[in-house]
Amino acid sequence: MKIKIFTSFIIPAIILSLFFFGLKNTNNYNTLNLVGNKIDNIELNGLENNKKILIGNLLSNNYTLINFWASWCLPCRAEHKFLLSLKKDEDLKILGINFKDKKINSINFLEELGDPYHFLAEDKSGKVSVKLGIYGVPESILVDKNFIIIKKFIGPISNSDYNDIIKIINN
Amino acid sequence: MLSNIGNSLIILCILLSFFLLFSSFECLKKEVKQIPYKIFYYSLFQSTFSIVCFFILITGFIISDFSLINVFQNSHTAKPLFYKISGTWGNHEGSLLLWINILVIFSYLFLTSNKNSNIKYRIYTLISQNILIIGFFLFLLVNSNPFALIVPTPKEGLGLNPILQDPALAIHPPLLYIGFVGSSIFFSAAIGSLLSNYTGQSFAKSIKPWVIISWVFQTLGITVGSIWAYYELGWGGFWFWDPVENASLMPWFVMTALMHSVIVLEKRNTLYSWVIILCLLTFILSVTGTFLVRSGILNSVHTFANDPSRGLYILIFLSLMIFSSLTIFFNRQKEKESYNFSSNSKETFLLLNNWFMAFYLATVLIGTVYPIFTETLSDIKISVGPPFYNMVIIPIIAPFLLLMALAPKAKWIKNKFKSSTKVILTFLAAIFINILITYYFKSYSVLTNLIIISSIFLIIYSLLDLFNSFKKNNYDLSRIISHLGFGLLVFFIGINHTFTVEKDFNLKKGEVKNFENFNINFKSLKIEEEKNYKAVIGEFSITNKKDSSNQMLYPEIRIYKQPETLTYESSIKSKFSHDLYLTMSNINQSEFYNIKFQKKPFMLWIWMSAILISLGGFIRIFRNEN
Repeated sequence: MKIKIFTSFIIPAIILSLFFFGLKNTNNYNTLNLVGNKIDNIELNGLENNKKILIGNLLSNNYTLINFWASWCLPCRAEHKFLLSLKKDEDLKILGINFKDKKINSINFLEELGDPYHFLAEDKSGKVSVKLGIYGVPESILVDKNFIIIKKFIGPISNSDYNDIIKIINN
Repeated sequence: MLSNIGNSLIILCILLSFFLLFSSFECLKKEVKQIPYKIFYYSLFQSTFSIVCFFILITGFIISDFSLINVFQNSHTAKPLFYKISGTWGNHEGSLLLWINILVIFSYLFLTSNKNSNIKYRIYTLISQNILIIGFFLFLLVNSNPFALIVPTPKEGLGLNPILQDPALAIHPPLLYIGFVGSSIFFSAAIGSLLSNYTGQSFAKSIKPWVIISWVFQTLGITVGSIWAYYELGWGGFWFWDPVENASLMPWFVMTALMHSVIVLEKRNTLYSWVIILCLLTFILSVTGTFLVRSGILNSVHTFANDPSRGLYILIFLSLMIFSSLTIFFNRQKEKESYNFSSNSKETFLLLNNWFMAFYLATVLIGTVYPIFTETLSDIKISVGPPFYNMVIIPIIAPFLLLMALAPKAKWIKNKFKSSTKVILTFLAAIFINILITYYFKSYSVLTNLIIISSIFLIIYSLLDLFNSFKKNNYDLSRIISHLGFGLLVFFIGINHTFTVEKDFNLKKGEVKNFENFNINFKSLKIEEEKNYKAVIGEFSITNKKDSSNQMLYPEIRIYKQPETLTYESSIKSKFSHDLYLTMSNINQSEFYNIKFQKKPFMLWIWMSAILISLGGFIRIFRNEN
């Protein structure tokens, strides 16, 4: 009888503890492993003038930060001040890709909070962003002259992300 | 506004649960002769408030109140009203509220409908159920609040995943939840029974209707989910042994076992401990299923946005449930029950059903959980797929079907099989029909023959039963219909599985493909704008040279606006005898399309059979049979 009771407790205990450790391996789709890959030379639509721009023509600078944002996205407001500070760094250019947004709302957003972008493009359908390995906003990727992804930021840029970026471009 | 009302109602419900617990303990202390009215009122108010709370959330979805994060993330103004409403339970938070509603409503109904049972038993059941209710309400309030606010209020929502915008899926969760969560009431009743010593036949009588109700809805829920997968996922199958499908199947096996052994307890006053274990296990497995689906430990079509903290909460709750129920069980278990069954008696046969169910449960449990274990322990990713389940389960179905035909006629205590001629004749008839089928389809496999012969055996036997009992005017219609439905289900799945014609090829507009008896003509492509999506529709003409029938099929590629997603809508022509199934997908933005064509025999019949199984249960609810 004692053995029966013991096993009745021990079996669920084993299963439950394995579940517990299993929780730590989340299977979330993760694009962080794209770091080191080359991005495609994609054609973009300019936000203000609807002119077509090739992403390759924008990457003449040593480093470019491609930031995906939208006016309806709340965390984008949180990271905005870091983008504004980054604009002051001369070695870095910032390309903003406006994700699934209305033009009027996005322009109002920039008027309200300031415009941190050197170049502005729009992605109404979200497809360009998907091609660049993005699945939500805000996300940012730091690329070098050779289109190689150096670092990827999922979610809003934080203070430590900001310091990382500064460190990378100053080296 | 809605957020405040919703949150207040949740808190009110939690308070009422505490009132209920308090008054219940008071009753136990005073050993009252009658349950005081205030307990009924508390429980009634609690049900009312939680229902109102759910309707408030629905209202939020209907009026597109995007100040609620939940509505913002799962709805959109351009969505049709029907899907705005069904979006309420198409996400984690809303479905959890639905889950709690069922807990609360079942608690009230059980309290009021068991007037003749022992008072202590009813009160302990109420206590146990309210502990569950408090646990889930706290989870809702703290971790998954559907009334959480977003500031500033967005102008537009993100939209419901288009794959969930389907009528079958709108009713699938509520049906499944009544089954899943309904089982909580006999979990609580089992605890109540252990604590109050209210055992035996009267206990069996008090839980039996609840077991049947839960079982009926769970059967329907699984069926509707399967129908959705067939029409919406576009893979041409209806059961994929996906971990989440398995999670719904496991409690179903236990519930089926329980439904059979509760009859033994009711009629012969034995197997009490076993019935209790099954009662506890059903709800434990339901919550385990919820854990697997909601924690993100598994990847599947059902995983909502993953959040490990959510998983942790359910896991802690689950552990508490398992260990406290085990402790109560072993503390309260009386001296060992003795089972003196004759090997040839109805009770033995009913137990045999349980053995089969235990075997299926073990198979599915191992197949589902094993990949998690290997990944956790050794980082090796394995996947257990249909070949495993088919290999292990299918051969064991054949003897099970034979038993389902023969066992119900057995007598209690001591049985005697009167004539074997009927059995032999039926068996020969089954073999003969099987030969005809093999001849007609010109295809052969040992396993399929085994399955088809035994299922025909069960079908013929059930039909004979039905005929005989109509003559005698004394019949257990519900059992016959459910068993007949199961026989038909296995039969049609067997035929469908073996005799499906499948072809994969690439075509561009204007081209024709010929194979076997079929001629498939890709006639045209057109683009249509709908309210919430844009559709690329292909027009295909399928000619069958054998019977020179002609059929038009229109598969679609839909581009949804909110959120921007591509879905592939299969075009399905369901006929009495078979389904024609066609999906198309574009190849690298070229003019070529990949076409997947299938002719699947007896699809409609598979759904009908599954519905027949639950219909048997429905009849049992409304008819008092003996």
